[in-house]
Amino acid sequence: MSRTAGLLKRSLPAAAATVGALMLLTGCGGAAVNQSAPGAAAKTDCGTVNVALNAWVGYTADAAVYNYVATNKLGCTVVEKNLNEQISWQGFASGQVDVIIENWGHDDLTKQYITDQKVAVDAGPTGNVGHIGWYVPPWMAAKYPDITDGKNLNKYADLFKTSESAGKGQVLDGDPAFVTNDEALVKNLNLDYKVVFSGSEAALIQSFRTAEANKTPLLGYFYDPQWFLSEVPLVKVELPAWTPGCDADPEKVACDYPEYKLNKVISKKLADSGSPAAKLATAFNWTNEDQNSVAKDIQGGMKPDAAAKKWVDANGSVVDGWLK
Amino acid sequence: MATLLQDRPAAARPARSPVAGRRVSRRTWLLLAAAVLWLLGFLLLRGTGTLALPASELTDLHRSLNRFNGWIAENRDGNPVFMYILTPLRSAVGLVAGFFMAVFAASPTGEVIPVLGWLGTVAVLTWIAFAVGNIRVALLTAVVFTFFGIQGLFVDAAYTFALVLTAVLLTLIVGIPLGVLAGTSNRVQKVVTPVLDFMQTMPTFVYLAPLALIFLIGPASAVIATVIYAAPPVIRLTSHGIRSIPDNTREASDSLGTTGWQRLHTVQLPMARRTIVMGINQSTMAALSMVTIAALIAAPGLGQVVVVALQSLDVGTAVNAGLAIVLMAIVLDRVTTAASQRAEPGARRARRLSGRARYVVLAGTLLLTFGIVQVSRTILWAAVFPARLNFGAAISDGVTAASGWLQANLYFLTHSFRESVTVGILNPFQSLLTETPFYLLVVVIAIAAYAIGGWKLAAVTTFCLAVIVSLGLWNDAMVTLASTLLATVIVMLLGVVFGVAMGRSSRIDAAMRPMLDAGQTMPAFVYLVPFLGLFGATRFTAIVAAIIYAAPVAIKITADGIAAISPTVVEAAVSSGSTPWQVISKVQLPMARKTLALAANQGLMYVLAMVVIGALVGAGGLGYDVVAGFVQSSVFGKGLAAGLAIVFLGILLDRITQAAAATPGRKPGARKT
Repeated sequence: MSRTAGLLKRSLPAAAATVGALMLLTGCGGAAVNQSAPGAAAKTDCGTVNVALNAWVGYTADAAVYNYVATNKLGCTVVEKNLNEQISWQGFASGQVDVIIENWGHDDLTKQYITDQKVAVDAGPTGNVGHIGWYVPPWMAAKYPDITDGKNLNKYADLFKTSESAGKGQVLDGDPAFVTNDEALVKNLNLDYKVVFSGSEAALIQSFRTAEANKTPLLGYFYDPQWFLSEVPLVKVELPAWTPGCDADPEKVACDYPEYKLNKVISKKLADSGSPAAKLATAFNWTNEDQNSVAKDIQGGMKPDAAAKKWVDANGSVVDGWLK
Repeated sequence: MATLLQDRPAAARPARSPVAGRRVSRRTWLLLAAAVLWLLGFLLLRGTGTLALPASELTDLHRSLNRFNGWIAENRDGNPVFMYILTPLRSAVGLVAGFFMAVFAASPTGEVIPVLGWLGTVAVLTWIAFAVGNIRVALLTAVVFTFFGIQGLFVDAAYTFALVLTAVLLTLIVGIPLGVLAGTSNRVQKVVTPVLDFMQTMPTFVYLAPLALIFLIGPASAVIATVIYAAPPVIRLTSHGIRSIPDNTREASDSLGTTGWQRLHTVQLPMARRTIVMGINQSTMAALSMVTIAALIAAPGLGQVVVVALQSLDVGTAVNAGLAIVLMAIVLDRVTTAASQRAEPGARRARRLSGRARYVVLAGTLLLTFGIVQVSRTILWAAVFPARLNFGAAISDGVTAASGWLQANLYFLTHSFRESVTVGILNPFQSLLTETPFYLLVVVIAIAAYAIGGWKLAAVTTFCLAVIVSLGLWNDAMVTLASTLLATVIVMLLGVVFGVAMGRSSRIDAAMRPMLDAGQTMPAFVYLVPFLGLFGATRFTAIVAAIIYAAPVAIKITADGIAAISPTVVEAAVSSGSTPWQVISKVQLPMARKTLALAANQGLMYVLAMVVIGALVGAGGLGYDVVAGFVQSSVFGKGLAAGLAIVFLGILLDRITQAAAATPGRKPGARKT
């Protein structure tokens, strides 16, 4: 391979020399700065916990507090992994994720990983309650007070017309990670609307932000708790109330979304290990206000760890309850 | 996000014959007939046979594809393919990635200080840039990597760099031998080409989740996904480089009695060297853009910063990280370009330093580098970038303020512009595509394809359309096609206007290049949020994003084509009294016709590569199906099918534009589908 590529010829010895030098240095640099990193809190009956970090701030708040307590009170080594929900669940099967600290429903994934494959277990509610539904920006609720009743939506359909909605009113859907019944709802409630898919949560939030700032009409799918609601308090539109079983057939849904009791999911491996981290995950429970206070600090620019410390210091008795 | 350069042999050119004049008229006649048929069908049968499938509904095919995920999960442990091939492969890749991450970014055990401190990393990389390139790119490397520290992103940048390095090394190990094989054997070439087409047009979102399932979450999967995405350019260009060696050179070496192996390493590889290094350059750029997307499966680095910032709509932080990615792309591009110029035959003689002097300088600077590395391993300020030099927050705040101002003050302007384009052009065009019965549209497109490229092309297009129909996604595909074609037309307009300006003036060229590089390498995630603020969650926003990504390549190709026209021809036109406008329209554009066709083809492919990203901001169509399939396991199968539909749409458009470019007469691109 003498003359294959001048580049390779020149760079290979260079690379080899570099690597060689690195190895030499690794050997002789005895007092290198990075030798002192681990070893501070090595109470190892907890071991390593892999916590999935889904990106919304409410989740981040939950995870920050869980991780803070697990690290500082139990001596666990917490490894955080930024993943979306679907990929996080996959991590249970591959053994790379141990904890999902805030789960929104996801019946399909529950069935696949908890019921069928038995690689994960439900670790009980977080204490937070989630509401999914249709929301309008606050200026609209103030100007058209009866708009929050779903029965009046057809009256206002013209307001919500956009270039995307083919002459009908627009219902803007958001993050594709959530199951929506919106197309069925429009059909079954005889609404003169069309569902338009914005394609991401970012797109949905930005749309609501613009709508409130410029006082333009917008009707969209949203959910609470969500940090954005502390910036713009969207108002929920009441559709026919949810009753058990009314959403059993996805094609015939004509009722609002149920309340979601948000829960935690942990890997079977962690649950069976008897690790204190598993106990903490099961015991973890707080209110929407608690979550919002931490989420607001994080959204305001505080590091998650610092925000968690602030809350834990102020709520010592709650945390002690988890650790009992 | 397709590759930066696709190099294919031009489609078979129909024989030029005296009847060419008649052929053209027959072609026009056929195209007209197709257009009339289309319009009539649209008017009479509008709304029938549209094959619309609501976003939340699935076909049986989608349901059976859904089972793919479960199947992998069940088989991972027992299946020999996993035990003996995939799992060892993953460990090996993970080991290499882990090594580079430990050297530059941080050790896998979670310590935050890498083996080389930041100063050491800068020194080593600068020295490498000097060794393979020249002093100028070395300085650029030093400045840019120090700037990462000032941005407060040194560790993230180092992670990204380590992953790109791992992926490029693996890409070369796989790609160059494959490229050599494809260059020397027609049979291999025939098998490899469609596979590469497939790898380049398949949206990355489609295979990211299954890859994470097969190779688990983390750096190893990220590297493997990156290799899949980055390998095609180097394979294509290696093969192209070997194939474009003149026949007589080959024959000369054959007549000296060289064996195949001797011929390869004494004639073919050295002569193809420059093209191969260009392939390495293209693969490196592709790897960088993919490493960003791989953040979605937990690849560490700058991509993480961008993705997390997008979630809380933090434009400032996203732009800061995006800027770092652009700068890294520029460094990688300039260093590999400098290396390719150095690899040019004859470059050796033009050097200022003689061979021995250069080695002395290299050795001296290497010693200095070791000294710096030792310093950065023992002194804290040289190991961890000093926090008080961190201006990342200031950069973010400035950008956030600027973007907030733009959104607040330009909204009504941008809003009405969007409305007029959407209502005036996009909506009518889209309904022409979506509301014409599918069988009629297939016939229309087949007739047009026959007119442009004969029976073979008509057969290929009909096949592609049939696949799309059978995937159950015809209507979504037509929604996507409408936006794609509109975006491509705008890309070509920009390509011609700016390309001509750049081709005619080297000063404009120099001013535009950095902006074009930024448009091509800035991750789309970064500018989606401000665009959403300006244009809302609409198809128009998606089109604008696609134009930002695709216009640079069309402009660059056009500019190269215009600049390559022999100056004597232009001078002759000027001296015979032509106005600049006449020179452009009568001499330069017609002479660059082939380049323009290539620009249109590449522009189209780039626009198509943004279909999925566009779906994140309201494009709908196939892109939305892919995005939903990535995040929701119950529609995974539909996402996979949509990915396939995008591939076949890509093949169809690619073949038609190539054939249109190869046929004589008429301006390319001014043709209906």
